Amino acid sequence: MNRSLGYAALVILVSALNFTVHAQDKTAAFFESPDLGNEIQQQELVPLDLIASDESPLPAGNGTAFQGREIYAEKCAACHGDDGKGGPANQPLVGGNIHSSESPLRTVGSFWPHATTLFDYIRRAMPANAPKSLSDTEVYQVVAYVLYMNGLIDQYAIINADSLPLLIMPNAEGFIDMSK
Amino acid sequence: MAENSDLAVAGNGLLSRRLLLGLSLGGAAASASSSLLGAEATRFVIPEWSKKPGPGPSAYGQPSPFTTGIQRDPGRANPLYPGGGASRTPLHQLRGTITPNGLHFERHHAGVPAIDPAGHQLVINGLVKKSLSFNYDDLIRYPMVSRIQFLECSGNSGALFRDNPPDGTAQSIHGLVSCAEWTGIPLSVLLEDAGVDTAAQWLSAVGADAASMGRSIPLSKALDDVIVALFQNGEPLRPEQGYPMRLFVPGWEGNVSVKWLTQLKLSREPSQFRDETSKYTDTLADRSSLQFTFPMGVKSIITSPSGHMQLREQGLYQIEGLAWSGAGRISKVEVSADGGNSWAEALIDSQAGDKSLARFRLPWRWNGSAAKLISRATDSSGAIQPTRTQLLSEKGNLAFYHFNAQQCWGVDTSGLVNNVYV
Ligand code: HEC
Repeated sequence: MNRSLGYAALVILVSALNFTVHAQDKTAAFFESPDLGNEIQQQELVPLDLIASDESPLPAGNGTAFQGREIYAEKCAACHGDDGKGGPANQPLVGGNIHSSESPLRTVGSFWPHATTLFDYIRRAMPANAPKSLSDTEVYQVVAYVLYMNGLIDQYAIINADSLPLLIMPNAEGFIDMSK
Repeated sequence: MAENSDLAVAGNGLLSRRLLLGLSLGGAAASASSSLLGAEATRFVIPEWSKKPGPGPSAYGQPSPFTTGIQRDPGRANPLYPGGGASRTPLHQLRGTITPNGLHFERHHAGVPAIDPAGHQLVINGLVKKSLSFNYDDLIRYPMVSRIQFLECSGNSGALFRDNPPDGTAQSIHGLVSCAEWTGIPLSVLLEDAGVDTAAQWLSAVGADAASMGRSIPLSKALDDVIVALFQNGEPLRPEQGYPMRLFVPGWEGNVSVKWLTQLKLSREPSQFRDETSKYTDTLADRSSLQFTFPMGVKSIITSPSGHMQLREQGLYQIEGLAWSGAGRISKVEVSADGGNSWAEALIDSQAGDKSLARFRLPWRWNGSAAKLISRATDSSGAIQPTRTQLLSEKGNLAFYHFNAQQCWGVDTSGLVNNVYV
């Protein structure tokens, strides 16, 4: 009885040692990379890299709300409503007040902290039935129109890579970064 | 063991988990055999399937045709949100802790792309020494790890923030959580190939779906335990889980585990994608909004008995459920049958490891009176699942994401089970 217990203890000890050896393996050669990535030039990635943020530069081109009105009516209004206040897809783009006493409507105008997000999102994902079908110029135009509908710019303001990051959104200070 | 009074451990019929440890449940066995009565004449006849050979081996096995009721609930397609929506795991119909691949919950923002891996690239760019692209065959040669871990959408159970208790099942209320064995390449290995610039603090992950879903992740997490997953429960990822590759970010809200992963870009600041500003943020009562609320809090739910189930008769039942935490392991699950007045510790019967689903079980004798079943989990960091009142006092009722509070199934005197607030 004692003897077999001793044996069991030995087995446990040995397997524990085994495990330690294993763990060491993992930190050293275990995760050595076969290094198979193909080096590419940043420039080659222009068509694929759609990130447009305060840090990643926005593309060339520009537009005004005046120019964007038609694109909006043709390609967005069916889902978001003629005035952007929500349509059958129930995604309002306009209105709301974050400080209203009732449950606030959160839209581009009342909630979004960064204007560049609008360019980034529309370019990658909208219109929902034909994403990436707009040219960069058309995206600038319709971005301008959404901002205009929210009363944030006038209809002749030129929206481009320089002006969009400078636009301060009403709720810009409304967020707490919980990653910190 | 007529009343099990010596084994009662908390109010309203909760019995000791010791009953589950090696003891056979005499009461349950007795009632099970008596409920087989009725088909007396044919009880011991040799069934048809014992008299002729069935079909032979098949190339890819399917569930029994007698279990076809076990389904996700994709809802109706919305032409104004093409491919968008979610389907939930039928938690109340599954046992154990691993979600079968065909039943893993889904959340898509523009449908499931049909990706030929031969035409798919994973690109790493931004603040790196050299930008790299990898194809599928390159990545298959990389060192991999396997981990059994849960994935939960941060919108899971979000309806419980609302003033009136939603009427639903464990699936419809909580079904945006699943658990699988994920196998893939530690992201740190790929990032090392590219050589991360010391200025980089964040990493943006982008998918190849029609929404080009993008999320920013702090570099510290990316280098810690994030993997580029290629396999799910041993087989290549299902298309709806990101085939040919997805990010898997252990313990964090599901949306950051970007599916159909095609780009990783390093930067100083987060990219402020729409799905980390407009959505996946929570507005508090004072109208400030929480952004980058990544970890999933400690949580548990009872899967049986659960919403819309009907207890047929008084007697012995096994309460069981699932518990998980983005902070590590589940160390304790307690169950109450009287709305939280008294609690008994459940048996944690199965838990693969860190950030995996845990299955808990506890015997319960229903005496026919109204009952309120609640579970509450504690994780290895010592965090205790809050009550709904506690969570609401912290987050207010404008919030929608990260609902991890205790939830209560009410059993009425007819044995019908429904979601209630205590
Ligand atoms: C077929 C319907 C449809 C069309 C057409 C459409 N959208 Fe959308 N849009 C949606 C849906 C659905 C969502 C929500 C998507 C999600 O949550 O994943 C959305 C979301 C948005 C949002 C984000 C809203 C928020 O507050 O988070 C913006 C901005 C937007 N659309 C702009 C546009 C613009 C500009 C156009 C025209 C170029 C357009 N949409 C065309 C359906 C549509």
